[in-house]
Parts: sequence; structure tokens; C-alpha cells
Amino acid sequence: MNTNQVSRRDFLRVSGLAGTALCLGFYFPSSAKEAEIINTTGTASSEIELNAWIHIDTNGKVTIFNHRAEMGQGSFQSVPQIIAEELEVDLKDVNIVFAQGNREKYGNQVTGGSSTIRSSYKNLLKLSATARVMLISVAAQKWAVSLADCYAASGHVFHKTSGNKFHYGELVVDASKLATPKEVILKKTSEYKLIRKPLLRQDTPLKTNGTAIFGLDKKLPGMLYATVERNPRLRGVVKSFDASAALKVPGVIKVFKVRMGVFKTFREGVAVVANSTWAAMQGKKALKVAWDDTGFEHINTADIYKRQQDSLQTQEGLFAKKQGEPDAILKQAEKTVDVVYQTPYQSHSCMEPVNCVAHYQGDKVEIWGPIQAPEWVQDYISEQLGLAKEKVIVNMTFLGGGFGRKAFMDYPHEATMISKEMSAPVQVVWTREDDATQGPYRPGISYRCQGAIKDGEITALKFRMAGQNNDHWRAGKTDQANRSTAEGFLKPYYDSIKNISFAEVQFETPIPTMWWRSVYASTNGFAYESFLDEIALAAGKDPLALRRQYLQEERSQLLIDKMEAVSGWKQRKKNEGFGVAITECFASTVGQIVKVSRAENGKIKIDQVWAVMDCGWYVNPDIIKAQVEGSIVMALGAATIHEITFKDGLVEQSNFYNYKMPRITDIPPIEVYIMENEANAGGVGEPGLPAFAPALTNAIFDLTGKRIRKLPFDLSAV
Amino acid sequence: MITLTINQQPYQIEADPDMPLLWALRDLIGLTGTKYGCGVAQCGACVVHLNGEAVRSCVTKLSRAAGQKIVTIEGLSKNNDHPLQLAWNEVSVPQCGYCHSGQLMSAAVLLRENPNPTDQDIDNAMAGNICRCGTYPRIRKAIHLAAELQKKEGEAK
Repeated sequence: MNTNQVSRRDFLRVSGLAGTALCLGFYFPSSAKEAEIINTTGTASSEIELNAWIHIDTNGKVTIFNHRAEMGQGSFQSVPQIIAEELEVDLKDVNIVFAQGNREKYGNQVTGGSSTIRSSYKNLLKLSATARVMLISVAAQKWAVSLADCYAASGHVFHKTSGNKFHYGELVVDASKLATPKEVILKKTSEYKLIRKPLLRQDTPLKTNGTAIFGLDKKLPGMLYATVERNPRLRGVVKSFDASAALKVPGVIKVFKVRMGVFKTFREGVAVVANSTWAAMQGKKALKVAWDDTGFEHINTADIYKRQQDSLQTQEGLFAKKQGEPDAILKQAEKTVDVVYQTPYQSHSCMEPVNCVAHYQGDKVEIWGPIQAPEWVQDYISEQLGLAKEKVIVNMTFLGGGFGRKAFMDYPHEATMISKEMSAPVQVVWTREDDATQGPYRPGISYRCQGAIKDGEITALKFRMAGQNNDHWRAGKTDQANRSTAEGFLKPYYDSIKNISFAEVQFETPIPTMWWRSVYASTNGFAYESFLDEIALAAGKDPLALRRQYLQEERSQLLIDKMEAVSGWKQRKKNEGFGVAITECFASTVGQIVKVSRAENGKIKIDQVWAVMDCGWYVNPDIIKAQVEGSIVMALGAATIHEITFKDGLVEQSNFYNYKMPRITDIPPIEVYIMENEANAGGVGEPGLPAFAPALTNAIFDLTGKRIRKLPFDLSAV
Repeated sequence: MITLTINQQPYQIEADPDMPLLWALRDLIGLTGTKYGCGVAQCGACVVHLNGEAVRSCVTKLSRAAGQKIVTIEGLSKNNDHPLQLAWNEVSVPQCGYCHSGQLMSAAVLLRENPNPTDQDIDNAMAGNICRCGTYPRIRKAIHLAAELQKKEGEAK
């Protein structure tokens, strides 16, 4: 049997496409690091499963299978923009569909770490160029002319001298019989017509007239709606429940106990299933549940930080990184700085609350939802239910925000268990209160930062963090330091500062924690970049000049040149506070300068934010600007407006009236600039976030002399 | 039986008169463009027009909406060509897009009542709509652009 043809048939079945077509994909042979491009209609019969990607039909219509989620970051635009460029088709002729969860087919599908483009763009370029070359080859054969006399544009192959042309659709059948060329020549950056252009997003029209389907919008015939009352203390089991009042609510059909996995642990709740979301919500309010949360520490926020900060004074922790002998230098140093920073727990609070549709059908289950990690969901459900992986079908919808929260398996698992109990398709809706009070959260972290200065130069830096390690909720090892301890800190510093260490003093609570946009860089960046400001002051240096001096590598220097030029850093005036921070996150570096002043009412006003992004090779400058703008707004909220706190083991915030969000009235003018270079692509969706908080607090220090070491802080009270 | 007039179409539904309009639109009628964000009139994702006024459908009971003229995002224009929709596209306002049905419905009332809004007017009118992706700078920009488009449209007529 020809494996390729089987793969192709499966692919076409799954994709809903039919008929003859050119269908190319790439896969990663186990022996090689580089992807290999494969023609699914070819005759090679190696034992492979294909990463199917591009499909061109006899009408010339191109379909791309987007293996990553679209949660606002723009993969729905940037992936087609890459493919249309090298394939030489018009963007409007490219149709993009969400791929289902399938690790064998698409490789890693987890939309996280700002990785969609940076992990796949080289393969996407090569794949598209390969298809183009194959189509040109067929045309050249048909005309009996040389390849060099033909070129492709707008979905056609042209013969240069005669002006003859073929539509791609006329060539795909023959092209599909060709072997894929081993080498193709990719365009130079200067030849790009689509890439690096601020093209309008193709998903915008769907998002202005209500037609974009988010998880919460998914409907199936006969679908029921469910809410779940879960233990407000985040752990424990149901002792007993009284459903009598809930069952009297018109529309409520059934009330029962349900268990969902939360990483390696489980959590119980009581599900209320009804014929509308409203009825399910009313039923949930009428429930009476007694909880048994034995073994769960009834934690308070003040105790969390006291424990963290006490341990930072007495424990060295596990080294994540160490060079030179910072301890020895610090011991002998005449001038040292030794301070503690504190950052809060945060909720992701996506505008679309967590939700999921599951349809359990005995021998299989199909799932639809706002899902960042479809193949993790597939793995987990197949393991929990004892179903073969191909019997767990996971469909991604548009996500109404993700920010890390929707990369986990708890809510699809819970929806599956409820559908199983009901023998019907069920949509489980988390209320805003559920979303806010039940986590997982970004962990709250304390940092102790020490530095030694001699003759105005930095001689040693020592950083320790105490905060929950997200990896511990998954398979992380507890005998190693958090792998993200040094995240956010720029690598060129290691060349110019000889004695540096980063360590994690381990800290556990039963609070579930997880990735939150830009992950540990979002909190590390505040500590490390605030600390460099304090060091600059102690060393008698200008904060930006200090960074220039210690970041000797060329890209950093160019970034700083740009930051200086756009902000007028050197020309700043007396009653203006300027603050700078530069952070690295997911292979991109972002520098920000914030300018503040005192308004007439005496309150601090953010006059301007300048952000400079160096993400190397990039696709769409307007999407990058939008992502950086949005990251700054999100960072503003996390630095000055909201935090999650715990009292007696309960989360104290529940909805947007006590977990407030930045609003249009809170937003300073933001200017975003992008560095032009050819370096490997870095991330875009997250790296704009970490530098904002320290740039703001450094600016406030510059204006007022008041150093802010604890987030969030009340901007109106400074 | 409750009669609703939505986007000029009559609908008859069997529902609890206390049910918020939001859930009737979404679950009973199948108009899912109107979004659930908070359920307590804090975020604006559910804004629709009731007799031309922007209301939070998550706290608007069916008993209040019955017999009134309701417009949802699906009815803002026939061809996705309201000046605000055109401007939203031109400025690439949405990221995840979830809150923008509500943003647009709030902005539409502003633009009708105040064809030349200042930044301050926009802030006042839009402060009830949360966008977690932080598209606020672009919302402001797009409303100004829509005001221009609306003016040109008026002149053309």
C-alpha cells in the first residue's frame, strides 16, 4: 500500500476538499532537523505521515491549513501572507482553514511562546516556492521552452517572450505527478511584494459583522448548555450537594457531579445542564454544595509574599545560571545595592470566557472550542477516556483571547465528561466569575536583586526569584531551577558583566498557575530592568547610557540608537520623567521609553510611550505594531490597575468591577518602531509586554525620586 | 410567547421574561454576534441597540425588549459597510475580535448623535467597552476615520 496516497486521502477527507489537486506538505523525518517537502500525489512510498499544508485545486484556489490558533495575534493573516508571496498568488485567492489537532500531521501545534511564525516561516517559504517551481516546470514543458523563459505571477505562469500564460488551475494535475525539486531559490527581502507590507488583515471583516465563530458561538443540533459550580478554594472534592432548587429552574435538565483534570491533579464540581446558557446559570446559582477541601492550605496573599521574601533572605536556591563569582565580589564590595521587588498574581481574563463544546459518541468524541493546544487536548482526552487518538477530534475556533489560559486541557476534559453523562453535545460555559476565581493564574513572584559597583562599574549581579514554577503543574522536575529564571534579561550583558548569577528559591502553594502573556519575562523584566536603573543611579550613570555601555553587540546598539532618536532622550527637560527598559522575550528584543509628567491636578500622567521592536525577519509590520500596542495596554493594567489576591484560600476578585481592566480613558499615546534586519525571526505576540512596567516606574523615579518596587501600584496616588 | 423585532425581522420565542436579551439572541434565535463578556454590564461586549439606544443586553430582560426595535451587530449594515465597519477594516482594529461587536454598536450611537467626535467625546462614549487585546488607540483612530467617511457619504447623497 502506498502510504503517501493513504495520507493524502485522509488529508482530503479531513479537509473536506476533493478532486484532483496539487497538494504539498512538509514533514520532519526523524533523522533530520530540516523539514522535507513532499508531494502527496507522488509515487514515493516511504513510511511517512504528512504535515499537510498547501492545496491548489483545478480552479487555482489555494487552501492553507493553519495548524496554529488565531487568538488575535494574526496568524490568520501572516501565514497566508508568507505563502502567497513565494507561491505568487493573490492573497484573496488564498483560503485559510483551521487544522484539527494532529501531532503526527502538523507537529507542535501549541500556540504559545510567540512561535507560530518563527518556528515555521522558513518551511512555509520553501514549501510555497517549491509549488511555484513545479507549476512553472509544467508550463515550460507544455510550451517546450526553458524554465528561465517563464515566470509566475498572480496565480499564473507566463512565457516571457510570447506572453502566453496558464492559470495555475490548468497546471495542477500535471504538477501533482512531478517529483518535488530538491533545491529552490527563495526571494531576497528586497523582492518581497507582500511580506514586510502592512496588508489589511483578512479576518477583520468577519469580526465587524458578527460572523466570526468563536468557541462560545459554536452550535450543534440538539446541543445542551452547562455551567459548573467548582470548589471556590481551587482544590478538593464535593462532600454533598442539594440540587432540588436548581432542578426547579425552568430549562434545567440534569444536575450531577463532574471531575476534571487540572494538570496532574483533579478537581470536582457540580454540573448543571439546561436548554439555555441562562437556565444553566440560574440553576448554578440555586445549587447548594458542601465542599471537602481537606489538605488545601487556606492561603492569604500577605503570607505568600512574606514567605517568599523571608526565604530570599535566608536561602540561596537552585542556580539557573551562574558565571564568575558574584558572591565573593559582593562580600568584599564597598558599594552594593540589595533590594526586593514584588509582582502580583494575575488572571488572563480573556474577553471570551473559557468554554468548550464536546460531543461524546461512545467510541469517539469531537470537541470544538477556543483552544491553543489542540494536540495536547487530544493526547489528554484520549488518555483519560481510553480512546485511540484518532477517535478524539479537536477543532479550533477563533479564540476571543488566549494569553496562555486556553493552552490547557481542563475545560475540554470537563466538557467531555459532561457530554458523556448526557449522551448529547454540550457546551460548557464558564461564567466571568468562574473565569476570574478559578485560575490558573500568572504566579506572584518576589525577587531579591543584589549588585556590586566599583569605580562606577558593575562588578557583580546576583538575582534570586521566589515564586511558583508553572512547570511543576505539568511534568517539570523539582530538583532543577525554573528554566525561565533569567528570561527577559538580555544575553549581551553576560559578555560585559563577568560575575552574574540567577537562582530560584523554590516556592509552592496549591494555587494552579500557568503561562500568562510573555510568561516569566512579564515579571522578571520588571525586577531586572528596575534594578539596572537602581544600579545606574548608584554608579552615577545615565540609565540609557549604562545599557549602551553594557550591551556591546551590534543589534543592541542599533536598537538604542533608535530609542534615543525617536524619544529625544538626550534632549529631555526638567519637569519630564523619562524611563527606559529593554527586555528579551521569545527571541525578540523590545526597548521602551516612557515619558511622564505631573498634570495640573498633581497626578502622574503618562505623556508618551515609545517602543522599538527588534524581531528580525518579519511578515506584517502593522500586525507587529498592533501586538506591541496591545501588549503595552495589557502591561499597563497589570502594573497599575489589577491583581488577583487570596484571602482564606479564596480569590477576592470575581468580575470586572473588582478586577478592573484598562479602558480607553487610560491609554497613553503609543508609538511603535520596528528594526529592519535579516536576522532569524523572533516572536511578536508577547515580547512587547515586559519592558513597559519597568520603563514606567523608572520614569516615575526620574520625575519624583520615588522608587516603585511592588506591582501593581496606584498611578493616581504617586 | 414573546415577540421580538430584531434587525427588522419579527421573532416569536418561548422564554422566561426575566431571561436577558443576550441569551435569547444567542441561544434561542442563533444570532451569536452579540457576545457574553461579564453578565453584569461592566464590559460592553453585549451592546445592542434598543429603540436606537445602546443597551447592555446581558442585563436587559426580555420583558423590557419585547415589542421594541432591536438592532444587533448582524443588522448594523446589510453589507458590512457601515462607515464604522469600513473604518475598522481600514485601521485593522480587531485583534481577537471578540469585543468588537459591542465596540461597534457603542460607537454607532456615538457617531449618530455626534458626527464630529473629539478624542474626549470618544473616550466618554467608549469607556464602557473593555478590550483585553488593548486595541483602544485604533478604536479612537477608526472612529475619527468613520466620522470622515460618514461625512463624505452624506455629501455624496
